[in-house]
Amino acid sequence: MKNKLEIDIPTELSGIGQLEPFEGTFAKLKKGWMEEKTVPPPNKAKMPHSDKMCESLREAIIKTNPKDGMTISFHHHLRGGDNLVYESIKILAELGIKNMTLAASSLTTAHDPILPYFKDGTITQVYASGIRGELGKAIAQGVLPKPFVIHSHGGRVRSVHTGKIKIDLAILAASAADVEGNATGAHGPSAFGSMGYAAIDSWYAKQVIVVTDNIVDYPCVPQSITQNYIDFVVKVDSIGDPSKIAGGTTRITKAPMDLQIARLAAQVIERSGELKEGFSFQVGAGGASLAVAKYIRKIMKQRSLKGSFILGGVTSYGVDMLKEGLFSSIFDVQSFDAAVSSSLMENPYHIEIPAGLYANPFNCGCMTNKLDIVVLGALEIDTDFNVNVITGSEGYVRGASGGHSDTASGANLTVVVCPSFRGRIPIVKKKVHTIVTPGESIDVLVTERGICVNPQRPELKQNLEAAGIKVKEIVALAEEVEGITGKAKPIETGDRIVGIVEYRDGTVIDVIRQVKE
Amino acid sequence: MEAKQKTFKRRTMLYIPGNNPAMLQQGSVYGADGVLLDLEDAVALNQKDAARILVAHMLKYISYDGCEVTVRVNHIDTPFGHEDLKQIVPLQPDAIRLPKVETVEEISRILKEIEEIEEEHDLPHDQMKVHVMIETALGVQNVYDIARYSSRIDAISIGGQDLAADMQLVKANDGIGIDYARKQIVMAAKACKIDVFDTVFVDVENEEGLREEAEYIKKLGFTGKAIINPRQIEIVNEVFTPTEMEIRKAVKIVKAFERNKAEGIGVFAVDGKMVDAPVVQRALRVLEMADVDVESL
Repeated sequence: MKNKLEIDIPTELSGIGQLEPFEGTFAKLKKGWMEEKTVPPPNKAKMPHSDKMCESLREAIIKTNPKDGMTISFHHHLRGGDNLVYESIKILAELGIKNMTLAASSLTTAHDPILPYFKDGTITQVYASGIRGELGKAIAQGVLPKPFVIHSHGGRVRSVHTGKIKIDLAILAASAADVEGNATGAHGPSAFGSMGYAAIDSWYAKQVIVVTDNIVDYPCVPQSITQNYIDFVVKVDSIGDPSKIAGGTTRITKAPMDLQIARLAAQVIERSGELKEGFSFQVGAGGASLAVAKYIRKIMKQRSLKGSFILGGVTSYGVDMLKEGLFSSIFDVQSFDAAVSSSLMENPYHIEIPAGLYANPFNCGCMTNKLDIVVLGALEIDTDFNVNVITGSEGYVRGASGGHSDTASGANLTVVVCPSFRGRIPIVKKKVHTIVTPGESIDVLVTERGICVNPQRPELKQNLEAAGIKVKEIVALAEEVEGITGKAKPIETGDRIVGIVEYRDGTVIDVIRQVKE
Repeated sequence: MEAKQKTFKRRTMLYIPGNNPAMLQQGSVYGADGVLLDLEDAVALNQKDAARILVAHMLKYISYDGCEVTVRVNHIDTPFGHEDLKQIVPLQPDAIRLPKVETVEEISRILKEIEEIEEEHDLPHDQMKVHVMIETALGVQNVYDIARYSSRIDAISIGGQDLAADMQLVKANDGIGIDYARKQIVMAAKACKIDVFDTVFVDVENEEGLREEAEYIKKLGFTGKAIINPRQIEIVNEVFTPTEMEIRKAVKIVKAFERNKAEGIGVFAVDGKMVDAPVVQRALRVLEMADVDVESL
């Protein structure tokens, strides 16, 4: 069957089951309820004053009675410094556990060392919002017997609620925790900020281990994770590389191309009609996307504008804007640098939120629904504005769906910023390799060679043109790019579907086929 | 029929090394009014041929969409100068920039060679403009005569680094040593009614210093400034773009002028300040820089 974007989706896929094709951004949401049943959280009990502390991670894992075929989960708040995923899977592999599903909120290059466990049958399936590095390459080549699933941050919460992801064991790193498992990422030597993605795991996993390098006196305050969900607590010497976990301050890029794109994007936002008193705002943490904040900050100061809230992945740049009074609050599901942690501790208007409140489509209103403006990146964008943020030019998985489709669907103005080509690789093109975010939720594309407005937003085009901003047809831009780079050879893939890309509502927006080596 | 001359703003001119394909390809996207494809000092001696070939190809195939394209050739007395002219002149970029011009004799020799190449290729002599760089003490002394030598010369620029070296200045960062030259060159340009570019600002991390220097040279009368990093463009463009307040004031002056002209009044007051012909002229210049169509007022 074909989904709304004309992508062939099988009705069923071994290892996943029935697939439902994507029918449009709000096709399921507008009904007002979720058709899938929700599963109850686990039923547990502890005797008073029983001891949760374990001598080692190994002991804690053994106490959870791990079994073949189980699902284990992790959060990715330790960023590039994470060592816990590797340590845990290594122990499970040594215990002879096979055929596990790994449901991490995201996998980064820090997780490259677990690749051998993909090959030896320890891990046979993956659910994640993003996969990068060696893992992304290997899974695109078909290393796993079962198809992997890429979901959005909001979609992951939905999947846990519906039991699609049924977590048997969650192993959650914290930078500070007490003996009962109350835990936070906001302080301690390895402080990493918000633990927004971990909350759902703690609520729904059959068993939960909190792992920290920093046991504090009871009770640990603040509490991102609370003791009533925690089975075991482990103090370890290290949860990873502190220099990469608690990496300093995120700086605005100095790359002239990113800055130029950001400058143009800020002009677009200024003239879009959405930049008004009390607007809410989200930008990504890297490159051109974060640089947009620099220019928006300047415009806000010039116009004495005050925004409402900053959402999402938060950088120290966002914290500075909060301190300057440019925004009244920050809702933080994930912090990107160490400077954010102290703000989270000290500023009552800097609020940690769980992923469900951030972006789950199936509740009475996630915060991405309240966004006015979001600025997002892209690995590729097609002439229907469909965006790929997951597969690279060789077809390997090397990105993250993250909150891309969540925020794009919610925001009044969704701006995609990217160069029109990178090196010799066209970014704006007729067809993208994998669709993560449907074009219907993208309003405007800003590149160094042209600004393109989605034809669904004629009033936006009018606003921009009235302000003297040149708008280009996206088809013309794609042709111009092809004129410069030449036509790229299509990526050679086989028929085997090695992964699916789930839209936030649980439908399948695209599939990822095996890349030929 | 005579082809219409293109006109460009000249607040910023971005230097691009002629042997860097990626930078040559992307030169026009950063918002500079002009790009300067450099075959001279930005290119190492063993890369001169490569740069010349590359720039020639780029001129043929890359669209610099809305940017004035100038090529800086090597001096005619270097081993590369003649070949540069031979390859670049037939491609007729918007302008060609001649470095280290010192005397009228030199400019006359170079222009003659350019015209000969143009004749060979059946090209007119009035399309491609010529920019002259003054980079030595002798050049500064002769600048007026050089600038007025030909109507093809439509801009002069000062090369601060070479000039400081020629003047044997040890510490040149503060610009004091080249201040006289700057003023002399501006005056020569103004006397010939042509544009004048300031030298580059080499400390790319020092944004405040760049802004201060841009503001200073704007006051001296420079048309714009050479740029060595795309990050500098926004600051210099900002300095050379009239502010909203300046535009409003200029509109007021021009409107009042039109009103008074109809009544035969030449000198009048706007907001308590005397306005006469030169003031009106300056206001018109502000509106031109701000892309305001005076007819539409």
